[in-house]
Amino acid sequence: MKDNVEQRYDLAFRLYPYAKSPDQEAAPRRHPVVVVGGGPIGLAMALDLGQRGVPVLVLDDHEGVGAGSRAICFAKRTLEICDRLGAVGPMMDKGVVWNTGKVFHDDRLLYAFDLLPEDGHAFPAFINLQQPWFEKYLHDAILAAQAAGAPIEIRGRNRVDAVEAWDDHVALRVATPDGSYEVQADWLIACDGARSPLRSMLGLTFDGRVFEDNFLIADVRMQADFPTERWFWFEPHFKSGDSALLHKQPDGVWRIDFQLGWNIDRKAELEPSRIRARVDAMLGPDVPYELVWTSIYTFQCRRMERFRHGRVIFAGDSAHQVSPFGARGANSGIQDVDNLGWKLAAVLDGTAPDRLLDSYNAERVQGADENILNSTRATDFITPKSPVSRLFRNAVLALAETQPFARTIVNSGRLSVPCIYDGSALNGPDAIGLPARTRPGSPCPDAPVPGGWLLRRLSGFVLLGIDAETPDRFEAHGMTIPGLCLSARDNAALRSRYLGEASGAIYLIRPDQHVAARWTAFDADAVAGALARCLARE
Amino acid sequence: MPLITTPNLSDPDGSYAALIAAHDGLTETESHAFNARLILVLMNQIGDAQVIAQALRIARETGVK
Repeated sequence: MKDNVEQRYDLAFRLYPYAKSPDQEAAPRRHPVVVVGGGPIGLAMALDLGQRGVPVLVLDDHEGVGAGSRAICFAKRTLEICDRLGAVGPMMDKGVVWNTGKVFHDDRLLYAFDLLPEDGHAFPAFINLQQPWFEKYLHDAILAAQAAGAPIEIRGRNRVDAVEAWDDHVALRVATPDGSYEVQADWLIACDGARSPLRSMLGLTFDGRVFEDNFLIADVRMQADFPTERWFWFEPHFKSGDSALLHKQPDGVWRIDFQLGWNIDRKAELEPSRIRARVDAMLGPDVPYELVWTSIYTFQCRRMERFRHGRVIFAGDSAHQVSPFGARGANSGIQDVDNLGWKLAAVLDGTAPDRLLDSYNAERVQGADENILNSTRATDFITPKSPVSRLFRNAVLALAETQPFARTIVNSGRLSVPCIYDGSALNGPDAIGLPARTRPGSPCPDAPVPGGWLLRRLSGFVLLGIDAETPDRFEAHGMTIPGLCLSARDNAALRSRYLGEASGAIYLIRPDQHVAARWTAFDADAVAGALARCLARE
Repeated sequence: MPLITTPNLSDPDGSYAALIAAHDGLTETESHAFNARLILVLMNQIGDAQVIAQALRIARETGVK
């Protein structure tokens, strides 16, 4: 029976056209890992696993990257992870770097802020890049990895129509233009987005809070001399919305975002003439521009109760959804990938028991809750939910122009930073006197080191010694971990981030560049114990 | 440091009179907005989140009949 696999959206790039697989003519074949969904999270997941030598099959119901700018802000941690994945070069070449944000109320500038006042990082706080380019560059890196032997396969126009989860595998029925076939997976990773069909097929809930507001996105191409900054208006004087955002993208495109309120006629608001009236009011009558992409969205803040269900693991929007304020959607999904990749690889090669994957659930639920909390607070500030909430919001804005303290309360989005996994079961001992920002569970902050950047030197587990005796390699539990010995003498960034007042430090760093444990001197038994704990072996 | 609930005002009558006088000539809406700004300014002076939480609790509990 033919099945056309309906195409729900247009493509920006057709990257993996449907081609019949030998699997379709054979008895169901078992794959170690199947990723469902070819969005940014699915592609990054495949790239991460494939580069670790884990065979991974991606099933996507389309043949490439969907059209429309969508996510545009990619945070420093995402860029660091994409650097590890070998995809960051073209992102940096194409992306627009910005560090300054400005906040306006009505027609007054309240204040400006700098996102990253700290030197000594390879990557900026953010780049702006249209999501299709982000996905294309991930796919380019997959092509390069495949050419180098990484066992990654992507099947376009392969839509999962049914799933059966068993104790020891997952069975999928997949529709293609040539009819259906069955495929099996030891592990299934659901990266199929906020409306996750897999989540529905498995009858899993996705609870949270709906925000009663509509936002209009108008991406416009224009030759304008606005600086490369993020401009946010509360109650803008041009009356195009209750709030407005202006943000630069590559190729002369600007993201404009208007808050429309709850009771709107969606279809009427999407009329180009109506959108143009709002944009004209904002930019002035004489600025020529072209509408590139428009969309109206509402949003919810919610997550699944658990991200791991036996052999089915959820990552990205399928597991958690936030408002766009703070750029915590795609950026948090990439952190899911970062957290899951090494753990799944360790379970598959027998280095760790499968309960290590429960720590993916615990750590990324913690991350999701932090993102939901931050994004909910921003949304409540931008869209006050009661008269008294609006009264205080406007009191904050009134004070912010002249009183610096009030600027810290103004919330137009707390921009994405990676979660610190405080309290994680994987965390080993901490040492008194070392800096708080690198305590166990923290993502390693970058720092300049001889020959480049610290994070580029942290691949797989690493034993990092700073002005402390460090073995060249450390062996325990059948694993060999490289030692990396650095000096903080004449390196203020390394000293303040990793040493503080201590004379020396030893860090056990996880493959996702989070700190597992740390000491002020090397002790083989202690490191072996922390490694066992970090692999859930004890 | 816990919230101070014992007398701490250097000039209780004077400061109270100043608070009321500061509202002179304001409409009710303007008075509400003034109070909101004043609370934020004083909240910043306190600083400590636990002390602020204690103050919010006292205000909430004493207001309930």
